[in-house]
Amino acid sequence: MDKAVVFSAAGHRRHILYDKYVRYLFIASAALVSLLIFSIIFFVGRQGLLTFSTVSPLEFFTAARWSPTGSPPIFGALSFISGSIYVTLVAVLLGTPLGVFGALFMAKVAPEGVRSIMRPALDLYVAIPSVVYGYIGLVVLAPAIREIFGVRTGFGIFTAGLVLAIMILPTILSLSDDALRAVPKPLEEASLALGATYWQTLWHVVTPAALPGIMTAVVLAMARAIGETMAVQMLIGNTPLVAESLFTPTSTLTSNIVVEMGNTMFGSVWSNALFLMAFVLLILSLGMILLIRRLGRRGASV
Amino acid sequence: MNSKQMNRLAMGGLWFCGFFVLALLVVFLAYILYKGMPILSPAFIFGRSSDITAGGGVGPQLFNSFYLLFLSMAVSVPVAVGAGIYLAEYARDTRFTRAIRLSVECLATVPSIVLGLFGMIVFVNTTGFGFSIIGGALTLVLLNLPMLVRVTEETLHTIPASYREASLALGATKLQTLVRVVLPAALPGILTGITLTAGRALGETAILIFTAGATVSRYMYDTDLLAGGETLAVHLWYLLSAGLVPDRDAIANGIGALLIFTILIFNIGLALPLRLLQRYTGVSGK
Repeated sequence: MDKAVVFSAAGHRRHILYDKYVRYLFIASAALVSLLIFSIIFFVGRQGLLTFSTVSPLEFFTAARWSPTGSPPIFGALSFISGSIYVTLVAVLLGTPLGVFGALFMAKVAPEGVRSIMRPALDLYVAIPSVVYGYIGLVVLAPAIREIFGVRTGFGIFTAGLVLAIMILPTILSLSDDALRAVPKPLEEASLALGATYWQTLWHVVTPAALPGIMTAVVLAMARAIGETMAVQMLIGNTPLVAESLFTPTSTLTSNIVVEMGNTMFGSVWSNALFLMAFVLLILSLGMILLIRRLGRRGASV
Repeated sequence: MNSKQMNRLAMGGLWFCGFFVLALLVVFLAYILYKGMPILSPAFIFGRSSDITAGGGVGPQLFNSFYLLFLSMAVSVPVAVGAGIYLAEYARDTRFTRAIRLSVECLATVPSIVLGLFGMIVFVNTTGFGFSIIGGALTLVLLNLPMLVRVTEETLHTIPASYREASLALGATKLQTLVRVVLPAALPGILTGITLTAGRALGETAILIFTAGATVSRYMYDTDLLAGGETLAVHLWYLLSAGLVPDRDAIANGIGALLIFTILIFNIGLALPLRLLQRYTGVSGK
């Protein structure tokens, strides 16, 4: 209470002054975040695009031969680009059904007690380091796949995709859960009042209404999957060849950067080509953000 | 099959999915802890690491992990909280604030290996720091920032407008309202966000390989910012991909358990009580 006593005109003016200027500090912090994303695009882009001064874009994007130390060196990144896309697709195909059904359970079926366990559980899924996912894949999953499918190494798109599917599960689950819970209750009640079973209501009314949100979740999960590095690098087999099947070793953009960056000289064509691969990843993931924005806008108009 | 049976079957299926998600997590964590717990001894946790002979520990890596985490948090928390406050309390819906929101979203989706390469250009080569603790910590800031900004903004949005109105009506300035009323009420939520972010940053690898590097200082507990800053997670990766020590599987198991253990402390030991506190103080998010 005695604080009120010290109020004086000068003190009040000082507070108003603080009020005015601290605001700029907050604006500056916010602007810094924007500045960062632009400098990432600029620096990685500039370093990567230097590649095109010696390598033709046609070779980089359409050739599947990668021989950076050969003479002449060949920088065809097609096998990495296709590897990244295949792994992402496998992960999304395997992870989406479990994610969406899990979200339906969490949002609509689970009692409050179970639900309050699932939220922190999803945080834990996110918190497990990707090297640990990769490690488990390495010592448990790869040998198991070798046994079950009778393949030679157990590394490849399927193994990496399966582990990725688990890693993107929390993204799909928690965002779909948000979308499902945002569906207005009267929709559900109307359907039940018409005599539909709860499952019919969930599947034919609630899920379609939440579809834009669920699609956003899946696209965001794809962005996570395509950029995931450590677990994929440990399980993909690291062979710069276009995969012949789901079970043959191949490479992705991320895995190849990790494997080769340590061997290159900063500023060499090889190093720049790896930066270009990072730039391709950056463009792909920013493209997905724009896609999500469009999905979101369409969702809002429904 | 009639629709009632279908309903029962589908509900069973949904319960199965939910429990599968939980069971998978439990099995996963239990397996890692089971494999690694026997290896965790004081000599392993605090001992010096070895490149060639068996019996090395992970002391320097453990120290580096927390040192890096602390440095990166010291930079990212003030900036992120400032940006979050701006977005939640000051920003009107202008083109400028829309651009900032979009940048936060974009930064959150940039793959961590790309952040790592950016850090390599800027903090390792341009500034000449080399593979160093400071290079790794500053790059790690890029990973933390968007998560922290989002959590700050979301938490501030959950504080009822009546709190602000009451304070302003008593003659407080906007800043006084913010510092004395809004931020204290939002504190548990923001702290939860910070612990969850810290848990993630602790296990991050792709960002650090080419910024903090895969070497450690010759001295134990070296606080030199320019020393090599290999962390636990990077060491685990390095062992599995290029390690020469004969007992690398044992060390890998040990690191796995140590990482999971730390993350359990962050997520359950710290974040969960904070969540309860949030609920108890009555301004919970969801």
